[in-house]
Amino acid sequence: MADNQAEIKENSAAPAADPGAGERILPIRGDDGKRADHEADSDTGERILSMRGITKDYVMGSEVSHVLKGIDLDVNRGEFLAVLGPSGSGKSTLMNIIGCLDVPTAGEYWLSGRRIADQSEKQLARIRNREIGFVFQAFQLLQKQSARENVELPLIYAGMPERQRKERVEEMLERVGLADKMDYLPNQLSGGQQQRVAIARAISTNPTILLADEPTGALDQTTGHQVMDLFHDLNEEGRTIIMITHDRHIAAHARRIVRILDGNLLEGGELEDA
Amino acid sequence: MSIPGTALKTGLTERDLDTLRGVEGTAGVSPQVSLMSAAEVDGEVYKKISIDGESAIYFLNNDVIESGRPFGAADMGGEAHVCIVDHTFIRKAMWGKKVLGSTIRLGGYEYQIVGIQKDSDSMLNAYTDTSSYDGTIMIPYTNAMNMSGASGITSVEVYIAKDASSGTVEKNLRKALNGIFNDADNAFSIFNMESLMKSINTTKAMMQAMLGGIASIALLVGGIGIMNMMLVSVSERTKEIGLRKALGAEPARIQTLFLFEAVTLSVFGGLIGVGIGELIAAIGSVALKIKFSFSPGAVLLGLGFSLGVGIVFGWAPARRASRLNPIDALRSE
Ligand SMILES: Nc1ncnc2c1ncn2[C@@H]1O[C@H](COP(=O)(O)OP(=O)(O)OP(=O)(O)O)[C@@H](O)[C@H]1O
Ligand SMILES: [Mg+2]
Repeated sequence: MADNQAEIKENSAAPAADPGAGERILPIRGDDGKRADHEADSDTGERILSMRGITKDYVMGSEVSHVLKGIDLDVNRGEFLAVLGPSGSGKSTLMNIIGCLDVPTAGEYWLSGRRIADQSEKQLARIRNREIGFVFQAFQLLQKQSARENVELPLIYAGMPERQRKERVEEMLERVGLADKMDYLPNQLSGGQQQRVAIARAISTNPTILLADEPTGALDQTTGHQVMDLFHDLNEEGRTIIMITHDRHIAAHARRIVRILDGNLLEGGELEDA
Repeated sequence: MSIPGTALKTGLTERDLDTLRGVEGTAGVSPQVSLMSAAEVDGEVYKKISIDGESAIYFLNNDVIESGRPFGAADMGGEAHVCIVDHTFIRKAMWGKKVLGSTIRLGGYEYQIVGIQKDSDSMLNAYTDTSSYDGTIMIPYTNAMNMSGASGITSVEVYIAKDASSGTVEKNLRKALNGIFNDADNAFSIFNMESLMKSINTTKAMMQAMLGGIASIALLVGGIGIMNMMLVSVSERTKEIGLRKALGAEPARIQTLFLFEAVTLSVFGGLIGVGIGELIAAIGSVALKIKFSFSPGAVLLGLGFSLGVGIVFGWAPARRASRLNPIDALRSE
C-alpha cells in the first residue's frame, strides 16, 4: 500500500518537474498555433504512448470487417490530442485499445514503457487504474453512489488509505468546481456537473493519460465548452489528454488533431482539405 | 431389571444383591424401591408424594443432584433420615421457604433435606407438573423398604463396567438370577437399557436422516435461487462491472464483490430462517408444554450452512462477473 501512495505522488510531481512540457505549452493556443506546436512537442516531450501497425478486425460469421487498418501513433507527455472522425470510423475501437480495455488484432502498443501485449489481466487492471483516466460520453457514474463515492472508487482500487482518499477526493472535486456538491447523487446533478464528476474521477489517481470518448457528446454547447475549458486548464497543468470526437469544433480545442477515416489515421494537416 | 420373585421368594435379599455385585462385568448394583406416601411440612400434609428409595451407587451413575449432596454409603444403614426433594415438591410444599437443612415428616420420622434434584426435561415431568401430584422425594432405599414393609427388593438397576458388553453381562445376570430363584419361570425380567437406547437411536437416526434430506433439498433449492438471482444481478449490472474494470478493479475484486453480495443474501435468509424456526419452536413448546430450549450450536450450524450456500452458489455468478470483457460490459445499454 505504501508503495501505491508513493507511485501516485511521484506521478503527480512528474509533469511539473518537466520544464519542457509545463512552460512551453502555456502561451500557445488556438487553431493556428496547433500544428506547429505539435511538431515542437514531439521533439521534446517524453514519449508515453507509441502504436505501430495497430489493426482491429471483427469477425461476424463469414465476414471480417477491418475496423482499424494499421494505426501508427505517438503521444508525448503534456499533449492535448484530439482524434477526429465520423461515426463508425473506429474511434471508440481505438480508444478501447488505448485504454487497455480491448486488445488489437495485430500491431505493437507501448504505454509508459510497457508492452501492453505482455501484461497479465491483473497488470492491465493496474495500468487502467494508474495510467489511464477514462471520461465517457455517457458519464458512466454509479447512480446509487454520491459524487464523492464515485470519485473515490479508483482510489480504493489503487489501495490508497482512507484518510488520504478523503483528502484527494475533496481536492479533485474542488478542482472541477463541485466543492458544494460532493454528497449529491448523479441524478441530482446536471449533465455538465456529472461529466465534471467523471473528470474528477478520471484524474483522481493522477493517470498518465486522460482519455475521453466524446466527453461533450451528451452536453449542450455551453456546458460542452465549459468542459473543454476544464480540459484546457488540466492540460496547462501538464496533464496529457487524448480526446475522441466527431465534432471539429470540439476538436479545435485540442492542440494537436489526428483524423481517423475508414480505419486509417492521418495527422491533422494532411486531411484539412478532405 | 424387575424381580417380582416367585410364590416362595419375593424379590431379592441383601445377600442376593451381593451375588449380583459379584457377577462379571457389573460396575454397581442399585436397588430401587418406590412407593406412594404422604409428607408433612409445617403441619400441612401432602398426600401424593412419590417416594424413591435409592442407594449410594445410584448417584455415582446418575447426575441428578442440583444442590446439596447425594446419599453416601453411610446413609444406607436404615438409621439415616435424610432426603432429597425435587422442584415440584418445593413448588407445592415449600415455596419461598428454606429448603436445604429443613426437616419434613415422612412415614412417622423427621427427615432432613440434604439435597435438591435437578429438574428433568422430560415431557412426562412437564405433564405431571400440572396434575395433583405433589412431587418426588428420594430417601435411602433401606428406609424406603421399611416404609413399604416389603420383604424383598423387586427392582434393581445394574450398571455395566466400561469394557463389558451389555449382552454378556445380561447373560451372566440371567444365570445368577436363575441360580437365586432355582430356575423358576417368570421370576424376573431384565430390561437392557442399551438395546433400548439402540432402538431409540436408530429411530432418531432415521428421523435425522429424513429431516436432513428435507433440509438438503431446501438448501439446494435455496442455493439455486440465490445463484439465479446473482446471475440476473450480474447481467443487470454488466455495465457497472465494465466501469469498475475500466477504473482498475482487478478480476478478484469483482469476484469478491459479488461473492460478498451472495453471502450477505444467504446469511440474511439464514437469519430469517433461524428466527422463524425458533419462533415455531417456542410456540410449539408452549402448545405441547415442553420446556423450550435454545441451542446456540444449532443456530450457528444453520447460519454456517447459509454462509456455505452463499459461497457455493454465489461463486459461479461472481466468477462470471469477474471474467466479463470490459468493453462488452461498457457497451451494453
Ligand atoms: N464488437 C464489435 N463487433 C463487430 N463490429 C464492431 C464491434 N465493435 C465495433 N464494430 C464496428 O466497428 C466500426 C467502428 O466502431 P466504433 O464504435 O469504433 O466507431 P466510432 O468511430 O466510435 O463511431 P461513433 O462516432 O458512432 O461512436 C463500426 O462499423 C462498428 O460496427
Ligand atoms: Mg464511439
